[in-house]
Amino acid sequence: MSSPEHKSAADSAEIEMLGVEYRVSGDRVLLSKLDLAIRPGETLMLLGRSGSGKTTCLKLINRLLTPTAGDVRVQGKATTAWDATQLRRRIGYAIQDVGLFPHYTVWKNVALVPTLEGWDRARIDERVRQVLQLVGLPASEYGGRFPSQLSGGQRQRVGLARALAADPPILLMDEPFGALDPLTRAEIQHEFRQLQRAMHKTVVFVTHDVGEALLLGDRIALMETGRLRMIETPDSFLRSRDEVARLYIEAFEAGHRVGGVFPPSVTQ
Amino acid sequence: MNFLLTHKREVATLAGEHLWLVGTAMLIAILLGVPLGILLTRQPRLKTLVFGSTNVIQTIPSLALFGLLLPLPWLGVRVERLAITALALYALLPIVRNTYVGVTGISGAVREAAVAMGLTARQLLWHVELPLASPVILAGIRTATVITIGVATIAAAIGAGGLGEFIFRGIAMVDNSVILAGAIPAALMALAADLLLGLVERFLAGRQHANA
Repeated sequence: MSSPEHKSAADSAEIEMLGVEYRVSGDRVLLSKLDLAIRPGETLMLLGRSGSGKTTCLKLINRLLTPTAGDVRVQGKATTAWDATQLRRRIGYAIQDVGLFPHYTVWKNVALVPTLEGWDRARIDERVRQVLQLVGLPASEYGGRFPSQLSGGQRQRVGLARALAADPPILLMDEPFGALDPLTRAEIQHEFRQLQRAMHKTVVFVTHDVGEALLLGDRIALMETGRLRMIETPDSFLRSRDEVARLYIEAFEAGHRVGGVFPPSVTQ
Repeated sequence: MNFLLTHKREVATLAGEHLWLVGTAMLIAILLGVPLGILLTRQPRLKTLVFGSTNVIQTIPSLALFGLLLPLPWLGVRVERLAITALALYALLPIVRNTYVGVTGISGAVREAAVAMGLTARQLLWHVELPLASPVILAGIRTATVITIGVATIAAAIGAGGLGEFIFRGIAMVDNSVILAGAIPAALMALAADLLLGLVERFLAGRQHANA
């Protein structure tokens, strides 16, 4: 059915959207004619306003939603052909509201998926220790705490550790740092960038913050009213003549002028 | 008070019967009500039907409910059976309602995260929904227990025993001390159940800290 060229493109993409459309209750279209290929190990930033379809796009990948038309493929297989549990265990998910289990300690929150996956005890212990260390919360100090005993930034880190726990090749992040104060956010963004350099996961990251998109992304996909407007590397994004992109860049530069809210490393 | 003290043994026997009626009825109500409440969170279409009928049962005066069940084939054969069924039906509403409210009240982010992590429906239920809803479910069980201890005194009207025996006997004899011999232990039993279940509830709620 598909041409050889098409086939090879599909093989090299970790996540693929082919003519994806998502509409609710018949006529409200949240996403239309979306074509997108995300390469393994790449960090793709979905940038756009509220209601532009970023989150919908993300939820289509781990099948929290299924497309009303077109195909979303993960590792070459349509999400509808995957067993939902199998698919989701390969995909880490971190969201702004974190959604830590309040009745579980930090340790148990992080250990849950490896436990359900049937890992043996020693391996789970080692992995939990490792990922908590990775996000800067040593298990010896934080493992026994409950989410209510953590600050917002710490909860977000635990959320990230939990998403990474079973070592999934794909990570979906929905404005994970959006609710944090600017200093904590900058700190955690830098840490995440370091982390991503070391772990090479395929990351799809939703944000409305241009600075964040420029800092963390290998490519930036600009979304507008349910459509993909452009997809560029941060460098070409900054040079883009596209009028919507210009609006974002101007807002970003204005923010820069009044006092460097964004980390200076972004524009280097 | 005199009567209560001179009839200690009889009071103990009737209190035992009372406890048995309430305990069995509550056990049935919990085994029926909690799964029913969970079913409603999965099939919201059934909500009107289930809440409608449990509500209607609650509005039937308890004495009438005992009477209405009496002619039924299997139930009417033994009065205890009938009393326990009626009491369980009464206890159902608070349990079903609180189970439903407890499960649907779980934060959307927690549920979304759990589903996105690949928890199956069963794992979601046992690892997330039931533990988080447990304080609310228990509050429903507590309310139902206290109500049932009171309503169970009426079981004596159909001869099912329990502390109501004294109350009805006292009314017939126009003797307050006999009425109190049934009413005081029943009231104490209700208070004790309330206190005990309140402690369990606090323990469950405390274990999970703020539902953040």
